[in-house]
Amino acid sequence: MVEFLQFTLSGVVFGMIYAAVALSLVLIWRGTRLLNYAQGAMAMFTTFVAIEVIYRTGSYWAGFVVALAAGVVLGAVCQLTVIRPTMNKPPLNAVIVTIGLLTLLEGLAGIFFGGQYRSFPAAFSVTGLKVGGTALGVSRFDVFVVAAVLVTTLALGAAFKYTSAGLRMRAAAFNATIARLSGIRVARVLTVGWALAGLLGALAGVLVSPSTFLYPSSMDAIFVYGFTAAVIGGLDSAVGALAGGLLLGLALSYAGGYLHSGASLVPLVALVILVVVLMVRPDGLFSATQVRRV
Amino acid sequence: MQTFPRRLAVAVVTAAVVWFLSVRLTTFRDFQIAEVAIEVTAVAGLTVLTGLSGQISLGNGAFMAIGGYTTALLLLHLNWPFIAALVASAVVTAVAGGIVGVAAARLRGPYLAGATLMLGVALPSLAAAYQGVFGGDQGLNVVFTTPAFLGATFPLTRWQAWVSTMVALVTLVLLANLCYSRTGRNWRAVRDDEVAAALDGVNVAATRVLAFVVSAVCAGLAGSLLAIVTSLVAPGAFTITLSIALLTAAVIGGLGSLPGALWGSLLIVIVPTYVTDVATSHGLSSSVGSNIPIAAYGAVLILVMLVFPQGIQGGLHRLLTLFTGPEPRARIARDAPAPHVAPPADEAPASQHEKEGSA
Repeated sequence: MVEFLQFTLSGVVFGMIYAAVALSLVLIWRGTRLLNYAQGAMAMFTTFVAIEVIYRTGSYWAGFVVALAAGVVLGAVCQLTVIRPTMNKPPLNAVIVTIGLLTLLEGLAGIFFGGQYRSFPAAFSVTGLKVGGTALGVSRFDVFVVAAVLVTTLALGAAFKYTSAGLRMRAAAFNATIARLSGIRVARVLTVGWALAGLLGALAGVLVSPSTFLYPSSMDAIFVYGFTAAVIGGLDSAVGALAGGLLLGLALSYAGGYLHSGASLVPLVALVILVVVLMVRPDGLFSATQVRRV
Repeated sequence: MQTFPRRLAVAVVTAAVVWFLSVRLTTFRDFQIAEVAIEVTAVAGLTVLTGLSGQISLGNGAFMAIGGYTTALLLLHLNWPFIAALVASAVVTAVAGGIVGVAAARLRGPYLAGATLMLGVALPSLAAAYQGVFGGDQGLNVVFTTPAFLGATFPLTRWQAWVSTMVALVTLVLLANLCYSRTGRNWRAVRDDEVAAALDGVNVAATRVLAFVVSAVCAGLAGSLLAIVTSLVAPGAFTITLSIALLTAAVIGGLGSLPGALWGSLLIVIVPTYVTDVATSHGLSSSVGSNIPIAAYGAVLILVMLVFPQGIQGGLHRLLTLFTGPEPRARIARDAPAPHVAPPADEAPASQHEKEGSA
């Protein structure tokens, strides 16, 4: 029973990180109908920036804030420089451009920061919490991870719902032509979408790196699971991204804990979950009502 | 006109050129020839799948793994001759492609991309889970030698380059025939409009599954070749990076075009090697020197996509028409790369019809 509780809690923690990556993908998908394969690499890069700042200033929070700001800037710069010119070209071109961006960022990280594994500090203690002598298998920092993702998500959700900038973003994602006719600068809105996605990715990078080490390809696996979570939840749905992240985090945690040859089978478990979900709902769990294809 | 004899002639000329190059060039270049041949075989299958039938796959490296391990196991335990192991690998990957194709037939755009990506990530982990059969992370060693009639001093890499090129050329000729046959027309019909194709009596589901089978067989042949050229099959050779490189080569070369598959494969094999050579000759430190090719490769991908939106083959085609004037319309329409990978209505709610979805 204690074991089950531990697996559940650690599943929730990783689930929230997958959810953050999934949310960043959903943000970009809703705006531009494009999956950003560079999302993980962008997060890796901003986390490297954070580690440099932490070493220079000695302050974790300075690095944390700089990482999020770098995420916003990197997202916007990528969209303005290489993504925007592909928007009127065949759709797969934009995909290959994001793959090129992924490769470019991993190469640049190797050049600027070196290829070796580096440990990343955590904001709070990483020793396990206990309740009445029973180890919970999670630390103060894990609580912070869950809280940080939840707060950011809720803040973004509220901004989308209650601010006029959020309304403009929703309008542009709902129907670009009508939004443009109503005087919304859709191109600028899309850039903002990429910037916010960059922020979420940067958050995920800073939160996951204490438990994975940091190196140029360290975010690849996190990206793959975040992508899987977004697909499970349905790419159009923010709630779906959260649910998909949690579902995947829990399932992988149970699989890693209970299965005989655990760790090596985790990707297979993810594949099975993904296939089962897609066989039942080909557009993810929380997709909008299916429009009949004609 | 595109006819069978003409394609055969092109293949024979290419074989002659490769023969000449392999005799004249160094062992390392022979290895690169083999590498390009392997890459072309897999990329050609993928360009047909994505460009003609409109289904994306980010997991074709998994089929290469299946082909490679099948060949390795047959050579290792049963001592089969390579040609028999090659055929067996094709059969096994055809079955695997059929299974994946049936599952994929319902999925569209990014959902298909996600499922195939996860397949590419998950399948190699089987090797670590069943160490007894697949040899874990170390993989399996493959013994491949030159045949006796070539003499004892004949370089192995040259023989590997010849075998790989032969398999690649045969695959390309057969694929070209398939693409311009009824099957290829059905693929294009399904890609452009499923409902119209179904009304014309095309079995949409079967057509889509067949495309997956064909592309899986190509990847399986490539995996089988990779096993004998590198003398090793290990999970590290079939990472998700490989699957992504295959799709990249297909799009960079020109999606749906078989010559494009060759240009794309040349690019992704040669650019990293070339930049590494330049970097080492300028005496750059190793952490910088080893990462410059990666960064340069990424930059090249972005640039090619921005400068040649239709891929290299599309760019060449445009250059050619500058000199010769436009070709008859019918030919252009048939050869033009796909405007959409999937019809936009598939992925967007009704209110977003003007947007195109991309995985």
